[in-house]
Amino acid sequence: MSKKVSQEEYEKTLSFRLKRWLDGTKDPFLDTVEMKVQAPFSESQDDVERRIRDREVIAGKVYDRENNTGMRLFHRLYKIMSVLFCLFLVAMLLEAVSWLPPVGEADRPVNNEVSARYIESGLQETGATNIVTGMILTYRAFDTFGETNVLFISACCVMVLLMMDEAVLKRQESQNDRKLEPKNDVILQKSAFVLCPVIFIFGIYVILNGQLSPGGGFSGGAILGAGLILYVSAFGFKKTQRFFNEKVYLVAKTTSLVMYGLIGSYFYITGANGIENHIPLGLPGHILSGGIILPIDICVGIEVACTMYAFYALFRRGGL
Amino acid sequence: MEIIRNFPAVSILLCLFAGILSSGLKAKAAKALNAVLISVEIVLNFCALAYTIFVEAPFVYVMGKFPAPWGNEIRVGVLETFMALFFCVIMMLSMLGGAREREKEIEEGKQNLYYIMVNLLLSSLLALVYTNDLFTAYVFVEINTISACGLIMIRQNGRTLEASIRYMIMSLLGSGLLLLGICFLYDLTGHLLMSNIKEQVQILAASGSYHIPLVVALGLMSVGLAIKSALYPFHTWLPDAYGYSTLSSAAILSSLVSKGYIFLLLKIFYRVIGFDIIGENKVIHVLFVFGIIGMIMGSVSAIKEDNVRRMIAFSSVAQIGYIYMGFGLGTEAGTIASIYHVISHSASKSLLFVAASGLTDASGGSPRYRDLMGAGYRNKLAGVAFTVGSLAMVGMPIFSGFISKLLFSQAAIGHTYKMLPTLIALAISTVLNAIYFMRTVILIYTPMPEGLSKSGNREILMRENLSKSVALVCFILLNLILGLNSDPIIRLIQHGLEMFD
Repeated sequence: MSKKVSQEEYEKTLSFRLKRWLDGTKDPFLDTVEMKVQAPFSESQDDVERRIRDREVIAGKVYDRENNTGMRLFHRLYKIMSVLFCLFLVAMLLEAVSWLPPVGEADRPVNNEVSARYIESGLQETGATNIVTGMILTYRAFDTFGETNVLFISACCVMVLLMMDEAVLKRQESQNDRKLEPKNDVILQKSAFVLCPVIFIFGIYVILNGQLSPGGGFSGGAILGAGLILYVSAFGFKKTQRFFNEKVYLVAKTTSLVMYGLIGSYFYITGANGIENHIPLGLPGHILSGGIILPIDICVGIEVACTMYAFYALFRRGGL
Repeated sequence: MEIIRNFPAVSILLCLFAGILSSGLKAKAAKALNAVLISVEIVLNFCALAYTIFVEAPFVYVMGKFPAPWGNEIRVGVLETFMALFFCVIMMLSMLGGAREREKEIEEGKQNLYYIMVNLLLSSLLALVYTNDLFTAYVFVEINTISACGLIMIRQNGRTLEASIRYMIMSLLGSGLLLLGICFLYDLTGHLLMSNIKEQVQILAASGSYHIPLVVALGLMSVGLAIKSALYPFHTWLPDAYGYSTLSSAAILSSLVSKGYIFLLLKIFYRVIGFDIIGENKVIHVLFVFGIIGMIMGSVSAIKEDNVRRMIAFSSVAQIGYIYMGFGLGTEAGTIASIYHVISHSASKSLLFVAASGLTDASGGSPRYRDLMGAGYRNKLAGVAFTVGSLAMVGMPIFSGFISKLLFSQAAIGHTYKMLPTLIALAISTVLNAIYFMRTVILIYTPMPEGLSKSGNREILMRENLSKSVALVCFILLNLILGLNSDPIIRLIQHGLEMFD
């Protein structure tokens, strides 16, 4: 015995409102929510034709697929050979691994005087409760300096590839301001408002406690960088640039690496010449302990955070 | 005098510092810093070379407070300091020769990035030469790879982007294989320091245990480094990377980057595994065979090439083949010949790249083979330099290539079954080299017929691009010194190899 109601009356009912809320077309508290279906992918006729023409040119003129039997054979053979080669490589590596000394036995060659000294006297010699950090930043400090430079140079390489002139960037943004970043997404902004400070504090905690607990410059820096990325995706580049622009980036990165280099060089050169260095080891377990580990961790942390953020910003926008 | 012991470590650290500082500098300042840095490096490494020759013994420099198996260390001998000095000199001349092109081809805002990469590349080369620790070597191999990628793609056009992607994929594959090999070795010996690994490997080899993983590790490291230095079947990244990047990048890549990896391989052979074990191993036969194929196939590809710079690049494939063939002989004499060829090839290949760019400048910027007709008359110095480089490559007496070919054939004589293939391959390869290099030399000294003169052709005087002229003159002198005065250098290499163990 259902009666058909008019559209106007139906719009007043609770069920209509519920349906609308479920569909997401209307927020119960606010006005109409801006939620659009993504436009279907469409291409102009010209583009399609150009694409087809390009493909034909490549197949026909450049490779000459029709008449080039050598090329055709090569392509077929290439596929077969690559599969065979991968299988061979896998089989060879598995065979070789099966001959390695078994894991977990006491008389493995890896259990030698090197790890023994790291474990037994690492605490006295480096002042770090965390043996891993002590090892990479004191015993093998030179390697880690190299590793930090790998990060530095990879950021430079991405800059070579993606960095655009500031003027070009400004012009692009003024033409199409929605292209580069979502603006004023309330959910993201509110959660970032809560999360960012926590993430930053946690990152700093991980960096400062590198010598005491799992963590250190690399992991703490990655957390800081992730926090920066969350901030920038919530609030946009304009707000971020107020405290983190290209100048700050350059200064922070250069200073931290130079500091690391200076501390490192002092450590290497005094150590090699048998001169006593005046870096106090501190009391193991305290924040101010571990000799050169804490300052180096801070430098590495800043460098890693800068690199992470720079990667994101360069890929997203083409500039910092 | 004791203070000189610090110089090798200081030279590595200075390069890293200069690279870091360049990121905050403008292009001009970064360029000046780079020039100062390389000059200082030459002085430091020269002092270190003089010191090592004077004391006649290699020394170990501990990087930090903790001695060898626990900390990092570098090891300095005659061969290491000589290679470091030579790399610095070639770096300086390549940067000098390509200064004008860098300003033209690289965006204004990105020029300081170029100097960052050159400085870090130099640091990684020095570290590869000096290090006594396999993992340090791996870290600096990474720096080397990434900065070489940047050097290729900083001149941004389609070809260089494609070339750098190709280079990156191949080179990272090589790094991965190298890392796997290092992991295997670490698992078998429990050490990362070269001398300690060697001790353990000698014990393992004597007892015959873990034979298979040891061979696999050696194979992985050799193949990884062979990919990175463009041994024949892995050379596909090379022609585009050398042919289209900016001039100083091409010169640096061809004469320094690949040579750094070859030197690391030499270190692995001598200081990690031990040359007596390598001599009995089958891996070097593989290197020998691919070296010989590369010597011929590289030259054949170069003959087919129409673009002069790509032709010179393909000739590198052949020359790398020579070097690996020398390693593949498995004798001390073969290794000495290879090291000498590393030096002579570096000197003449970068000369050829710079000279070829001088010739193309005089021909309206076209690298096409046909357009170079008569270019030797239009740019006289570049013509002479190109001729010198070509003669050195072909192996004419009084130039450096002759000595290395002589050393290769001397090393091969008396070898039971590698003698004949080596000598035949040397002969064929020399003829092929002569075909494409002499063809080009004849072409650049063929006067342009009247009425055919093209609009882009113009005279280039020596003073027009002074830095390039200076670089060319220095390169020519270097080639002549290597060719005419080879005896002390060969003795130095011999002496260095003795210290190497």
